[in-house]
Amino acid sequence: MQFLKNALVQTVIVLLLGFVVLELVQPPIPLSLLMFYMSAIAVGMAVYSTSTTERMESFWAPIRTLLVSPSLKLLRIAVLTAIPAGAAVLTAFALIPSNSAPATLRVIHPAPPGSITFEGKPINLREAVNPFRELKGTDQQAFAGKVELGREVYFKNCFQCHGDHLDGEGPFAKAFNPRPANFQDVGTIAQLQESYLFWRIAKGGPGLPAESTPGRSAMPRWEGILNTDQIWAVILFLYEKTGHPPRTWE
Amino acid sequence: MDKAVFKALNGGASYNPSGRNSGLISLASVLLAAWALMWAFPALAANIGAGPEYREFPLIGSRVAVWVAAEVHLMFAAFVLGVPMFAVIVELVAMLTGEKKYDALAREFSKLVTLSTSITAIWGGILLFLLVTLYPKFWNYLSGIFAPTMWIYPVLFLLELVFVYLYYYSWDRMTEGRSKWVHFGLGIMVNVVGTILLFLANTWATFMMTPGGINPDTGELVSLFEAIYNFAWMPINIHRLIANVTFGGAVAAGYAAFKFMYSKTPEDKAHYDWMGYVGMMIAMWSFLVLPFAGYYLMREIYAYDQTMGITMMGGFLSWVWIIQALVISVLFLGLNYYMWCGLERIEGGERYQPYIKYLLTVLVLGVMVWATPHSLIATPEEVSAMGGAHHEVFGSLGVMSAKMTAVNLMILASAIGFMFYRRANKIATHPSAKMLNLVQGGIFGGAALIILYLGIDGYFVSPIVRVEKYSIWQVLLVLFAILSTTGLDVILFRNCRTTGGINWGRMAPRSQYALLLVAVAFTWLMGLMGYVRSISRQHWHVNKVLEDTSVDAFSPALGYVSTVVTACTIIFLGLVMLIFWINSLTEKKKAA
Ligand code: HEC
Repeated sequence: MQFLKNALVQTVIVLLLGFVVLELVQPPIPLSLLMFYMSAIAVGMAVYSTSTTERMESFWAPIRTLLVSPSLKLLRIAVLTAIPAGAAVLTAFALIPSNSAPATLRVIHPAPPGSITFEGKPINLREAVNPFRELKGTDQQAFAGKVELGREVYFKNCFQCHGDHLDGEGPFAKAFNPRPANFQDVGTIAQLQESYLFWRIAKGGPGLPAESTPGRSAMPRWEGILNTDQIWAVILFLYEKTGHPPRTWE
Repeated sequence: MDKAVFKALNGGASYNPSGRNSGLISLASVLLAAWALMWAFPALAANIGAGPEYREFPLIGSRVAVWVAAEVHLMFAAFVLGVPMFAVIVELVAMLTGEKKYDALAREFSKLVTLSTSITAIWGGILLFLLVTLYPKFWNYLSGIFAPTMWIYPVLFLLELVFVYLYYYSWDRMTEGRSKWVHFGLGIMVNVVGTILLFLANTWATFMMTPGGINPDTGELVSLFEAIYNFAWMPINIHRLIANVTFGGAVAAGYAAFKFMYSKTPEDKAHYDWMGYVGMMIAMWSFLVLPFAGYYLMREIYAYDQTMGITMMGGFLSWVWIIQALVISVLFLGLNYYMWCGLERIEGGERYQPYIKYLLTVLVLGVMVWATPHSLIATPEEVSAMGGAHHEVFGSLGVMSAKMTAVNLMILASAIGFMFYRRANKIATHPSAKMLNLVQGGIFGGAALIILYLGIDGYFVSPIVRVEKYSIWQVLLVLFAILSTTGLDVILFRNCRTTGGINWGRMAPRSQYALLLVAVAFTWLMGLMGYVRSISRQHWHVNKVLEDTSVDAFSPALGYVSTVVTACTIIFLGLVMLIFWINSLTEKKKAA
């Protein structure tokens, strides 16, 4: 077991182990992420292997022996052929044509425009606030009424995709890519200001900027179907039902 | 004004017989810079009249031309504003302790600044000329708003040059008693004037992002004060002030590493090893506060305009932050690596080497979490295998809570590494040493656990709690852990036994490459952040007031950005090398 103390051997073991663990993760992770994680581990091992002079020598020793020792001639030839050969094989595989679409990057939360026109009227998204929000402090009953209106809007228009539990698991959900947003998740509406939601609901997928692939989003555009009050009400409902407060900066 | 500079410099050059060479060059460059500034401002701010709105720069286009000029100018400015800040502090230390070696170090720091200040002025001139010739419409508007500040600016710049050169060239003349204090006062003036310059230039840059003091519909000036004191002004002032120190420290450390590797004698090696260490320490400690300033800046921008906030953080720029995370990870690893290598020059340091692997594990895991993107790059097959663009396990690492936790734990690991470094040659003799050590371990362990807990709980609380409470508590915990354990160290190692000295100069060359890497990475990072700040306006010269209608109004892709940033880094570091080389000419003469 003495050879386990060698820095080069340890490096190889850690890299292999890291690779196996990452490959075992379910669901499988995309290649881009796998490559990044493996590079991080490799850099870490390079740092470790040279962190002390003693370790660095132990790292180079087997390599040096392989390169100079007369008795290892055969092995040397084998390794020195295997490296370019391996590179050639990998290159060949990379060149095999494939009919799968290239990897894409979709921005989930693009920057909203500064202002939009909704049914002919300009709305400044920078200043727009939910007109019903203040009722929460002043008139509990009216507030509950607006939430109720939002619930109706939701279960007439949205649950098919966004789900009964607002978790993005509606009956249609699996058919879409990107999948309908999961409002329970802290990564969606909990991060956003209410005016942002107004924009997303009013303008839907088609209103997204290019980096968010507007052509692929199934989110309908609700302008012309829902009016301003209905949209603000459904926003209220989304936040009340999930228990997330909207993002504010005060 | 010219006469004063001339006199000062002429005097300076003859004070220091060995400095003639660089004195002449400095003089030439100062005159050139003065000429550029004097010419440019009054002549070009007026009378633009009805000319074209834009002109085209050959080959690279107007935007890239201005971009590179602005960025290189800024890098030099950051360097020459950052270094004097710690140069005077080191000088003060020398005066208070009477240690000659600190004085020599401060002198060397200030020497790096002289020629660089002239070059800063020249790049400022280049930037100005490019703006005036390529973006007349924009320049006309901006100078209309800020005319008075633009008259003061060149005057202050000349004053700064005078102080910078006086500070360095009078060093060997004003060494004793009261004259030393006067000399120290010169150093203070370098900083005071420099800071005013920085704040003035920041008004123009921040006005472009978050304009204030104008009529929003016509763009006409209503209040110059509010135009100056616009939303982002103070946050940027603070952020840049701190970043300048870090940057100055990193570049000075890079300089020392370079000199170390060229040194022939053990004395020189020892000197530059130590200088590199001091530069690195300055960079590291100021770097620790930088996230606070960055956080404050982002918050202000978000509050000003969610479009700008999301553009910067979540929109098409979100990948910039992944790149930023990677570059800062390089900085973390580089600085820690340097410290670990440093254990070898300390007798007794080998006792702490076995812990490297644990600290490194924390750092690498931290890097992996920090740089996990929120939206993954995946092929359609991979997306359907994952059941969405979000990964169940790793997707959740893409959010703030996880990243903040990772960064804080990385800082903690670095602090522990530094503690080991400090103790490398010490053995505590304090009667309750064991106890104190346990307390320190408890503080670090406890802080790490609470940070982890807050990070996990952060997923379940509202963003406002997460941002305004948890992330701040995490940072406070880190600071508390660092400060309290350092305090305990003071008690613990009072009258301690030592296992030997620090053999300055006995440092493996690979550690010096780490310092160089840190300097390069930091320069590159500055360039990248400059891009982010600028592009947050998107197709506006002045956000929502003056639209960019030129052919370059689009936002460039990241691959393109990194090429330009790399070009800026190479130009800056190339010129810095030139300056170092010119400085070294005088040294050779001394040796002969
Ligand atoms: C046909 C299916 C479908 C329906 C019906 C639908 N959505 Fe969506 N919605 C989506 C999809 C798919 C996304 C994610 C893609 C995107 O961001 O455009 C989405 C995204 C959203 C988002 C953005 C969340 C985020 O984190 O950015 C909001 C808000 C939203 N929907 C609200 C609603 C509301 C309110 C309704 C009902 C009035 C509704 N949706 C109806 C499919 C749908």
